[in-house]
Amino acid sequence: MTVATLVAMAMFLGVIIYALLGGADFGSGFYDLTAGNAQQGAKVRTLVDHSIGPVWEANHVWLIYILVIWWTGFPATFAAATTTLFIPLSLALAGIVLRGASFAFRKYSETMAQARLFGAIFAGSSLISPFFLGTVAGAIASGRVPADGYGDRLRSWINPTSLVGGCLAVATCVFLAGVFLTADAARAGDVRLADGLRLRTLGVGVVTGAIVFAGLFLIAHDAPTLSSGLRNHAAPLLVLAALAGVATLVLTYQRRYAMARLSAAAAVASVVTGWGVGQYPWILVDTVTIDDAAGAGATLIGLLVVVALAAVIVLPALGYLLWLTQTEEWTGTATHSPASASADRSAPGCDRPASAARRGPGRSRPHP
Amino acid sequence: MGLTDTLLLASSGEPPGLLPARQQMAVSLGWHIVVACFGVALPTIIFVVHRRGIVRNDAVALGLARRWAKVSAVLFAIGAVSGTVLSFEMGLLWPGLMGRFGDVLGLPFAFEGLSFFVEAIFLGIYLYGWDRMPPRRHLAMLVPMGIAGVVGTFCVISVNAWMNHPAGFDIRDGEVVDVNPWRAMFNAGVGLQFLHMWIAAFMVVGLLLSSVYAVGMLRGRIDRHHRLGFTVPFAFASVAAVAQPFVGHVLGMRIHDTQPAKLAAFELAQTTESPAPLRLGGVLIDGEVRWALTIPRLGSIIARNSWDAPVPGLEGIPESEWPPVNITHLAFQSMVAIGTLLAAVAMAYWLARWRRRDLLSHRWFLRLVVITGPLAVVALESGWIATEVGRQPWTVWQVLRTVDAASRSSGLWWSYIAVLVIYLGMTVGALLVLRSMARRWRAGEDDLPSPYGPPREEAVP
Repeated sequence: MTVATLVAMAMFLGVIIYALLGGADFGSGFYDLTAGNAQQGAKVRTLVDHSIGPVWEANHVWLIYILVIWWTGFPATFAAATTTLFIPLSLALAGIVLRGASFAFRKYSETMAQARLFGAIFAGSSLISPFFLGTVAGAIASGRVPADGYGDRLRSWINPTSLVGGCLAVATCVFLAGVFLTADAARAGDVRLADGLRLRTLGVGVVTGAIVFAGLFLIAHDAPTLSSGLRNHAAPLLVLAALAGVATLVLTYQRRYAMARLSAAAAVASVVTGWGVGQYPWILVDTVTIDDAAGAGATLIGLLVVVALAAVIVLPALGYLLWLTQTEEWTGTATHSPASASADRSAPGCDRPASAARRGPGRSRPHP
Repeated sequence: MGLTDTLLLASSGEPPGLLPARQQMAVSLGWHIVVACFGVALPTIIFVVHRRGIVRNDAVALGLARRWAKVSAVLFAIGAVSGTVLSFEMGLLWPGLMGRFGDVLGLPFAFEGLSFFVEAIFLGIYLYGWDRMPPRRHLAMLVPMGIAGVVGTFCVISVNAWMNHPAGFDIRDGEVVDVNPWRAMFNAGVGLQFLHMWIAAFMVVGLLLSSVYAVGMLRGRIDRHHRLGFTVPFAFASVAAVAQPFVGHVLGMRIHDTQPAKLAAFELAQTTESPAPLRLGGVLIDGEVRWALTIPRLGSIIARNSWDAPVPGLEGIPESEWPPVNITHLAFQSMVAIGTLLAAVAMAYWLARWRRRDLLSHRWFLRLVVITGPLAVVALESGWIATEVGRQPWTVWQVLRTVDAASRSSGLWWSYIAVLVIYLGMTVGALLVLRSMARRWRAGEDDLPSPYGPPREEAVP
């Protein structure tokens, strides 16, 4: 176990956490997109707003964490990847930018037309980013990033393994989001909304499982090193992923959503970890190993110091935030009906139906 | 860049990625830096009014805090995504820098990542915790955000300072060796550069906020809400504006020792003169300085703190190492001129207030305040242009030329165009949303319900 391997593991831990937290975040765009027209979709969109509103910015810092450890700890391979995979990285970035901006704009938009525009951009771009990040993963895992960079600009990320990576990334995101949104809706007390989401989540879960296992066949020829790693070292993780995936479907079917979230997270974490274990010890498969790619020793130690600080500072704070979002005050009623107006507590993103009555002739008008 | 410069560059056989990389970095950095100022300074400013609202039971102050919080939600969102762009661009645009020096300059970025985490987490708690947490605990959530603002600024400026004052490594036989990332992070230039930027953040945010309320007062909305909304940010900005020239002066004096070519460009000095005059304005055309107002001896006084110490001239530097002189000179002097003006406006207001004169009742002063906001932004951008363009042709001073740092990909023009389009869209979107929020608040709405929630009863006039 070298220091370089430790740093690589710390970086990969970031990949797993980003896949879970950022993934649930990205995936919610699918439900937002498919929620229906303005009237029917209002409940789902408000739920999405409420669920990811407090946490989306924190969720996406994990991507920065990954990038920074990569370019600090393994600089040459970082440059190799960014020069080769310029196109998918730029497209993923465009998705991240558009979704973050339009999510914030939609929340404070004035008219339904504006909200629809921002909402469509948010939802669409939410699915673009995981797809292209998945193709990047596929490119690295199938040995298509040369050590000196400037690899094939198109074929490096348009190939069977990258396609599997991209589709898998989208599917796992949508699956995670489905389970989490369903759980949120149920906790907020909206049974009808939860039931609707539950059915969609079940469908998505089956599709995701199919993609995982079909993908294994597709990459068998295209990425032999990875494939061999998956079949040998990573096999237990794939088995765990399958079991956890089935468990999630069963638990969701039984409406035991709180447990379903845990098994869904376990399933996705197992798939992602399986990828990492499968391609160990390569950082760029068949080209550069983790130890060869490592930067200066003092810097690697410095990174471990930062990771230790993150464990002490960030994890408790993040835990606090996530815990708060699960408490009753914060869950409130994610969707509003006139019957719940009186019981409703004020919320910045959620509206107070009572505010409509407070507007009126009594309000002071601005001077001309 | 001047047209001649552009054509020269384009025809001199440089990598095709160089020009679009520089332009894209300039646009994305110039855009992000303004929004980032809000991330750094706004939590502290909100803290003052929020605390006043709780401790003194001041409903107006609390109302300001609520509104500024909602504004910060929009601004921090676009600040975060534009910052993500910069992270990607380090690799996409500058693989020559990152591939070779990533392990030298990366550690401050790692610490910056930590501060982003803290900022994002506590922002989420603060924004969504209104009326859902005990008030004092809710207020306390701003403190980590303020601290994260300081640490984050220090870290990102540390990288820029390292580019100006490289440290923490050696080069032997073309290889980067003996890397000490801590010495790189705590290099000779970081203290003053950090202070300069952190103070600038408070100037930009304080003046932009107070100019919003000055506009309201010009339109006849003179009430406690506007007065407090003006005074608190303006107080922050005033302290910053008065301190900044001193920090800048000390910083400027260091440049003589560390980056003489940059100083020569700042001062438009072709030859080393002692005592050196100050050239206000002016451009260098075909080896001749034109349209400058030359004041004898003032150059030595301002740049070297001495009656006659020499200011280095470009003649002592090989032409292949000259930065683009005119852009650097004009940007630098714009920054100083605006900075001086802003300090004067701040001092005038508080001096008058001490003498019991309320300048806010004079429309000419309100109009002046209105333009200080945008002027502060111009000063910020001018300063960044001066220091970044003035460092050329180096990306890492005397170590790595920008030509060698840039990506060799010719497809960067597409990326640049995409950045221009997306950032234009984000600017328009942000302005539209912020203005509509302001309009609805003026019309008396306190909450701003999302339109895809329960149906609205009436449209806002």
